[in-house]
Amino acid sequence: MTTLRNQALSDALARAEPAGSVGAWRLRVERLHAYFGRVHAVRGLSIAIAAHRITAIIGPSGCGKSTFLRCLNRMHEVVPGARVEGRVYLDGEDIYAPYVDPVTIRRRVGMVFQRPAPFPTMSIYDNVAAGLRLAGVRDRRRLDEAVERSLRQAALWDEVKDALGKPGTSLSGGQQQRLCIARALAVGPEVLLMDEPASALDPASTSKIEELARTLRETLTIVIVTHNMQQAARVSDNTAFMLAGELVEYGPTPQIFTRPGDHRTEDYVTGRFG
Amino acid sequence: MITPARTARRRLVTDRVMTALFLAAIVVAVAPLVSVLGYIVAQGVSGITWAFFTRLPAPVGEGGGGMANALVGTLTLIALASCVGVPVGILGGLFLAEIGGGALGWWIRFTADVLNGVPSIVVGVFVYALVVVPMKRFSALAGGIALGIMMIPLVMRTTEEMVRLVPAALREASLALGIPWWVTTLRVTLRAATAGVITGVMLAVARIGGETAPLLFTAFNTQYWQAGWDQPIASLTVQLYNYAIAPYDDWHRQAWAAALVLMAIVLVLNVAARAAGRPRSLGG
Ligand SMILES: Nc1ncnc2c1ncn2[C@@H]1O[C@H](COP(=O)(O)OP(=O)(O)O)[C@@H](O)[C@H]1O
Ligand SMILES: [Mg+2]
Repeated sequence: MTTLRNQALSDALARAEPAGSVGAWRLRVERLHAYFGRVHAVRGLSIAIAAHRITAIIGPSGCGKSTFLRCLNRMHEVVPGARVEGRVYLDGEDIYAPYVDPVTIRRRVGMVFQRPAPFPTMSIYDNVAAGLRLAGVRDRRRLDEAVERSLRQAALWDEVKDALGKPGTSLSGGQQQRLCIARALAVGPEVLLMDEPASALDPASTSKIEELARTLRETLTIVIVTHNMQQAARVSDNTAFMLAGELVEYGPTPQIFTRPGDHRTEDYVTGRFG
Repeated sequence: MITPARTARRRLVTDRVMTALFLAAIVVAVAPLVSVLGYIVAQGVSGITWAFFTRLPAPVGEGGGGMANALVGTLTLIALASCVGVPVGILGGLFLAEIGGGALGWWIRFTADVLNGVPSIVVGVFVYALVVVPMKRFSALAGGIALGIMMIPLVMRTTEEMVRLVPAALREASLALGIPWWVTTLRVTLRAATAGVITGVMLAVARIGGETAPLLFTAFNTQYWQAGWDQPIASLTVQLYNYAIAPYDDWHRQAWAAALVLMAIVLVLNVAARAAGRPRSLGG
């Protein structure tokens, strides 16, 4: 893993990102509160997410990681009785402004869930094409291209290129999760939110997903929720530690894991609780 | 000795008596059903001829003839009823499952349950007043509407139940792809519930296919091929009724045949509904 990560880092350096984009913030969250009816799940959280970086959100179960993530693409409001306060800026634009259509935000900020949920009535091809098709794209060539590109990006193409007509649910758990990643990538998002994408998978599939995240970083900004500390340390550039709906500490991943500034962070990353 | 012998004996006797009672109840429940089916088959088979399926009814006194128009009429009425009952029922069911949590949903559910229990002849009277009187004639349209209204609550409640069974994860996956809510509902949620919804529709069709009362003063009946949507239309059930109460042996034979055909249609629909409702793997 270490060599892989170094490889990815040197690749990134060799590519020499355009000046100014380094350190640019893709997402900026200000005093975010999220509620489920009376339950106050996220309590005044402010954070800025760097473009083309992987940001890990860690914290004990129930601390509001998933809820926070779902506020970033307006999926929180899908739950009946759920409510959001505060501001989230995507490339400087407030995604909660009254005139903003959540549908356009969700196309720009994709999401991968904990349990892979391919559309059960659809083939592998149709699953990946679903986002474009259901948005009205009919052009077969464009769909073919998007499907191949996304499956390649999700490192699944070689395994399924001869079986695109098979049901998506016929794949193994790890393949299904990569299928879901491909499905999310097909609509061309700028940001990919991943909510414990590997927690239901075996170690081999987990490392595939982690590897994948490292490569996707070149084209995307990734926010990944995990309760696996090793995973956060292996994969991410920055790490945010949450506790009871609040942000406790946020910084470069090595710093959070080796020299945390808050004793609660230290307790958590050293496994003394949670 | 833990149990005195007398208690043990009494227990054994009770056990035997109860078993016998259960068996008797099963016989009482199944015997009429089997004898009705057997009797209809026995009486109906002789009337099942080529002419029955291909010829119009013969005038009184002339022998022969068939129920071709009534068979086509029943199928036409079912199709018309489905045009009313299926879209309204499915959309209503989707509404109840997806957004109908509040007071409005409660009222719709309540109304559907009441409508489901309303005697079918009342639906006929309602459509008579609403369609037949203004149009000043009995019509296939009125018959189709009456049967369609009867389908709505059945299709609606099955759709609601089936859509509720679709995992929320599927709906969320679709919404997270930036697919609008109503497209998600129709193309992902409903799609995933299709097998169950089809089962519901087929059972509703089987139910209305055997109805006579709502057709008596809506579709009425005719001895000829149907002349238009605004003209009376024949149906197996109404024809069966007319033939059964007539004093001619030949007509009685045909009425039995009509009963057999109706039963076969309902049976086929029920079997098909079960087959459609079975979970299966879908390829593309
Ligand atoms: N649908 C819901 N309805 C009510 N409360 C919820 C719902 N989902 C989550 N919560 C509550 O919100 C809090 C944060 O949950 P969540 O964001 O899922 O935590 P995490 O992902 O960190 O485990 C928890 O207290 C949880 O009980
Ligand atoms: Mg969670």
